[in-house]
Amino acid sequence: MEKKSDRTTEDLRVGVFICDCGSNIAGHLDCKAVTEYAGTLPGVVFTKENLYTCSEAGIVEIQKAIKENKLNRVVVASCSPRTHYPLFAGSCAEAGLNPYLFEMVNIRDQCSWVHMGKRDIATSKAMDLVRMGVAKSTTLEPQDDIESSLVRKILVIGGGIAGLSAAQALAAMGLEVLLVEKGKRFGGLMRQLHVLDNGISAEKYIDELAEKVSSTFNITPLLESKVTDIQGYIGNYRVTITTAGEKREETVGCIVVASGAVPLVEKGLLGYNGGTVITQMELEQRLKQGTFKGSRIVMIQCAGARNQQREYCSRICCATAVKNAMIIKRNFPLADIHVLYRDMQMYGDEKEKMLWDARGLGISFDVYDAAQPPEVTEGKVTFHQSVLGVTKEMNCDLVVLATPLVAREDAAEIGGLLRVPTDKNGFFLEAHAKLRPLDFAADGVFVCGSARYPSTSVEARTQGIGVASRVGAILFKDRLVKSAIVAQIIEDSCVGCMGCLNVCPYDAISYNREKNICEVKEILCKGCGNCASTCPSHSAILRGYRPEQLMAQIRAL
Amino acid sequence: MLDVGRHPNIELMAYSEVEKVDGSAGCFTARVRKKARYVMADRCTGCGACAEKCPTLVTDLYNEGHSKRKAIYSWFAQGIPSTHAIDTDHCRLFQGKKCGICQKICEANAIDYEQQDEVVQLEVGAIIVASGYTVFDPGKIPEYRYRDLPNVITAMEFERFLSASGPTHGHIHRPSDILVTAEIEELDKQEKRAAKALARLEEKNGETTEAFYQRYTYAAQEEKDDPALQQWAQKYEEYLPLQNRLIELREKAAAFTTAKKLAFIQCVGSRDLRFYPFCSGFCCMHSIKEAVIAHEHDNDTTSVIFGMDIRAVGKGFDEYKVRGSNNSNIIYRRSRVAEIIKGKNDNPVLVYEDTVKQVVCREEFDLVILATACAPVDGMKDLADILGIGINSFGFFQTSHENPLDTTKEGIFVCGCAHSPMDIPESVAQASSAASRAVQTVTLTPEVLLKVS
Repeated sequence: MEKKSDRTTEDLRVGVFICDCGSNIAGHLDCKAVTEYAGTLPGVVFTKENLYTCSEAGIVEIQKAIKENKLNRVVVASCSPRTHYPLFAGSCAEAGLNPYLFEMVNIRDQCSWVHMGKRDIATSKAMDLVRMGVAKSTTLEPQDDIESSLVRKILVIGGGIAGLSAAQALAAMGLEVLLVEKGKRFGGLMRQLHVLDNGISAEKYIDELAEKVSSTFNITPLLESKVTDIQGYIGNYRVTITTAGEKREETVGCIVVASGAVPLVEKGLLGYNGGTVITQMELEQRLKQGTFKGSRIVMIQCAGARNQQREYCSRICCATAVKNAMIIKRNFPLADIHVLYRDMQMYGDEKEKMLWDARGLGISFDVYDAAQPPEVTEGKVTFHQSVLGVTKEMNCDLVVLATPLVAREDAAEIGGLLRVPTDKNGFFLEAHAKLRPLDFAADGVFVCGSARYPSTSVEARTQGIGVASRVGAILFKDRLVKSAIVAQIIEDSCVGCMGCLNVCPYDAISYNREKNICEVKEILCKGCGNCASTCPSHSAILRGYRPEQLMAQIRAL
Repeated sequence: MLDVGRHPNIELMAYSEVEKVDGSAGCFTARVRKKARYVMADRCTGCGACAEKCPTLVTDLYNEGHSKRKAIYSWFAQGIPSTHAIDTDHCRLFQGKKCGICQKICEANAIDYEQQDEVVQLEVGAIIVASGYTVFDPGKIPEYRYRDLPNVITAMEFERFLSASGPTHGHIHRPSDILVTAEIEELDKQEKRAAKALARLEEKNGETTEAFYQRYTYAAQEEKDDPALQQWAQKYEEYLPLQNRLIELREKAAAFTTAKKLAFIQCVGSRDLRFYPFCSGFCCMHSIKEAVIAHEHDNDTTSVIFGMDIRAVGKGFDEYKVRGSNNSNIIYRRSRVAEIIKGKNDNPVLVYEDTVKQVVCREEFDLVILATACAPVDGMKDLADILGIGINSFGFFQTSHENPLDTTKEGIFVCGCAHSPMDIPESVAQASSAASRAVQTVTLTPEVLLKVS
């Protein structure tokens, strides 16, 4: 295959296009003067001022000029590259010019906007910036996009509600799934629950789902299995799965972490003894097995959570407590149930309704303050009701603690294998708390369910299904194509100090033990340039932003 | 937004409405009305020259009515697409007057006053409803006097005040003060005009107005009947109160400062059986966030958040709440505010119960911010009818626990606050899930796809 970048360029022929942006730029600086000035710069053989360079006419003009004037560099001075770089670079490519020979100068944000009303200053700064842009363009080199193959198979780690939902959705999208569960059965925490909010048996529900998933032809269910090694990168991970001592190697394109979380059980926490003082999870099991006994019950929320040791709110425990309190009250109407809480986290529509209903059933709710936690003694709970400011004593035969979900002990291990971070509570850390809740910063790896942060069964299912479309957005493409603006490390001068390795946010740099040097996995690199600015021997460089290219720009100033 | 706008597989149809949907999962036909913008989308570059020169000022609803925009406008600066539109309710030309300035100004020749609505038929396999929510109108709660007290605002209004691109450029001026400042500006113009007129008369008659007026007051009736003098006197009589009012307002304005003592009231319209019984889920966090940002702007700012529970229930949220009280002068007070009354200097006074002391307290604040409920949008019922999908008892689109994205009709999915009140990360996760469900619908069969790949 002939590479686009093979064409070498003899003499420099730069074309400069200055955009008026209507009056957005031309209203505040002299575009005509800038255009004339551009024509005097070394290497520039063509200049043009456009009313709107981004319009159909403006684009045609660039393409025509490339062909007619044999341009081998194009510089557009207009608005922000954030919005328009892809359009201009793509248009150059259409006209046969390697898109990496295109350079953009922002004379709108940096000139006409910030120096509005100071025409002379704005014009002279625009000239400076254009001169710098032209200087840089002369040093640009043609490059090829980086391409990589994609294996349309996904590894899902964890077979709880989130993992099962993810596998189900991925399979329904026509992708192949390896579902790895370290336990004997699928279902995770849900298997231990009694009923769900809507009264359905949790075990029955999860069993049906697990059965459906296990029998789907493009899902390979692997029970009592562990992922023991992960190598490679997005599109081509080589994973080792160990089942009963037997190793199996697979190649997958993406990986989904759905390893869940576990409820905290802590001896001595508010008198916890597993008998008369139990956790909500233990209560669920007693209710499920029919061994529940109790007539005066006190539930204490935020047991072991929202404190200095564990600062987070575990999100699901208030709803769990209300659900269980209602089940008890409905089955044993004479039971006396008190819920001691700090804030009832009954967010949204259905949960808040549960709270109203629970109150209607006669379950009582009392607020305590974190500074004065309840005291649990034999058959008695003493607490300070902070709304009324009084101390109350309640006799009880069962205390139920709403303990938080905590990260699994092996979460860090999985994180290590995948080279993805966990937060200070041990939960996996997503790429962006608001906008990318299901992604990791590293491409090709995703997270869902309580492995990220405690979530209800409905939320975990939603996230599991959601992860499938995140994966699909990658694997439905024929090949992975990405910008050639990536780092490279010069083998000869790299001393293997690993300075770059530590600053790479995308885990794109690895250490080659044989050669004692660092290497860039281009497909993972996002071109941030951290390594290039860190490397003490100047061996790490960012393509398109090489030292000589940046220096050309600076010298032109 | 930009990524979506630029994605080759996404066609954005802003300012459009779905009118009719037929068919079933895999083969829906949707009729969509693209409303006339009177600006050609393929020509408009969004440069904004038209809006700059448009002579008509219109209340800017994006800034919650606290600023003005033009009759040709884009909803907000970074909006996608950046194509402008003409607000025909206010445009001079559409109101039968002479204008046409935008057409003359537009160098891209994008203005088309004759443009008509365009109705298009779309063939789609699946439909995702993400119609969001609407902010509850706190005017419905009489005891909070939202309409009467200028310094009682909604969280969305406050959000605009905090924004550097908002009506106050990020300074927290009190709306009552803004009104006074605007009045001063207006009166100032009137005063200058009146003073000029008087000056002309003085020049013409060679006498100061004051001297004239004194003489005129005691003049004989005959002289008083002279229309020219009468006019002069009348002008002066109009000028005096104007001047007095200006002096008074200027004195008042000299004491203006930005709002420093803030109160946030939670559950305004939600967790309230008179309006919406549900919890809106995200308002506790946005009140904390707004209080934190207000404190960042001005370290003297103190905030009290009045709520029944503070539901900081998301990843990192409770930690944020605690940081707010440690670092940003936020006090969380467990109380349902009973009433807001008018205090001196336009300060709202909150009436609430101190439950520990069991006394009713009154506390004065500079500005009160209402955390308004996440209400189902007005057109929800119509949209449900068009799509043939169900609405639940809370007024949101009906789904089930087992299939949390699926509406009551196969092939139609819902996400975000059209589903139920939720915060950003949850909405984003749901949106991905809805996309996944939609893909599953249009994926013929897994077998076929595997063969293709």
